[in-house]
Amino acid sequence: MRLYATTSQTVGPFFQIGLQLLMNADIASPDGLGERITLEGQVLDGDRIAIPDAVIEIWQANAEGKYAHPEDSQPKPIDAGFRGYGRVETDDNGFFRIRTIKPGRTPGPGGSLQAPHLEVTVFMRGLMKRLVTRIYFPGDAANENDLVLNLVPEARRQTLIARECGEGVLRWDVRMQGDDETVFFDI
Amino acid sequence: MIQTGDSALTARSSMEVYGRPRGGTQPEYRHLPYRSCEKRHPTHALIEIPHTLSEITGPQFTLEDIRKSSCDLTKQGSGEPSGQRIVVGGQVLDEDGRPVRNSVIEMWQANAAGRYMHRWDQHHAPLDPNFPGRGHTLTDDSGHYRFVTIKPGSYPWSNHHNAWRPAHLHFSLFGPAFATRLVTQMYFPGDPLLPFDPIYNCTADEEARKRLVSSFDWDTTIPDIALGFHFDLILRGRNATLFEE
Ligand SMILES: [Fe+2]
Repeated sequence: MRLYATTSQTVGPFFQIGLQLLMNADIASPDGLGERITLEGQVLDGDRIAIPDAVIEIWQANAEGKYAHPEDSQPKPIDAGFRGYGRVETDDNGFFRIRTIKPGRTPGPGGSLQAPHLEVTVFMRGLMKRLVTRIYFPGDAANENDLVLNLVPEARRQTLIARECGEGVLRWDVRMQGDDETVFFDI
Repeated sequence: MIQTGDSALTARSSMEVYGRPRGGTQPEYRHLPYRSCEKRHPTHALIEIPHTLSEITGPQFTLEDIRKSSCDLTKQGSGEPSGQRIVVGGQVLDEDGRPVRNSVIEMWQANAAGRYMHRWDQHHAPLDPNFPGRGHTLTDDSGHYRFVTIKPGSYPWSNHHNAWRPAHLHFSLFGPAFATRLVTQMYFPGDPLLPFDPIYNCTADEEARKRLVSSFDWDTTIPDIALGFHFDLILRGRNATLFEE
């Protein structure tokens, strides 16, 4: 008989104790390849109140679009020292900041290429199981034909695309509810 | 199952995908008995997407990443922590029963008095300077893990009148892929608070939640030292390859 996955439970308010060790706000080393970006944002609840006890985790490919994982068999260069993993907690005002590089394009369904994107997990007190979303890059021509982005109703797509907010700075917020509720994915 | 065209299946010929959860075994986001959920659950249905390389890869960690921590939570201060010493161990498996090897487990918990070493925990119970309350380990080649720790106390919370959390350990696992990430809690057998806890009672399927309760285990109980508890964790497994179906 097939087993089935363990039930998820909330990360609770005191996750910092266990998750601190693997926190990482600097995904790319200063001498790594790629276009450097600072990603900033705020996590907001259904009343637009800042959430000070959320965790954001990032998973991404390197500047060439290759994942640091044995299952990525693409003939693309590995960037030594680039793991592609980030984790930050929100501060008392719900803000977070991550420094990284813009990833390259990665394979999508049907032999397509995906637009550059970051995979995102959100945990917080009050959330029973992880939420998954993505961050896409503003003004990237590849967004138009990205098959995942195209599964999202057009009116909600902008919640997945970061906003340019100064030189090398991108802004991307998580809104749990409301008219501009962030799009979350079932993966 | 994933809804994609034939060409997508072809493109995935070497790319299996991860199974979706069995009905009723995972909580709903809108679980209102847990009050904090109310303003923190999405109101739109999630959008189902196919598994691409982005979802079937994920961060991998080594012993080097967790060398500053330990799987023995009783040896992190200058002296012995207070409380009942316990050993918690088990196996991490995928849904086909295959061991999840060399995978990081993060674990954190309250001390024996039910207090977390965290600036926001205002519970009027003593802190234990010898118990920071967190540990890390890597599963071995057969997916086994083991923590030595202290049995956590129950603690009150503000969810409803006279609300108390059953004693629990928090677990965080990555597994082989972004898709296999799991954060959960482990409980103790016979805890009288379990029937009243809205976080534990979050699934339609009663069997699913019962699996969050560890079992007392003579095999890992150490004479004169510590009680043993057994707790297995199951991560999402891959579907059989689509071509075999
Ligand atoms: Fe807790």
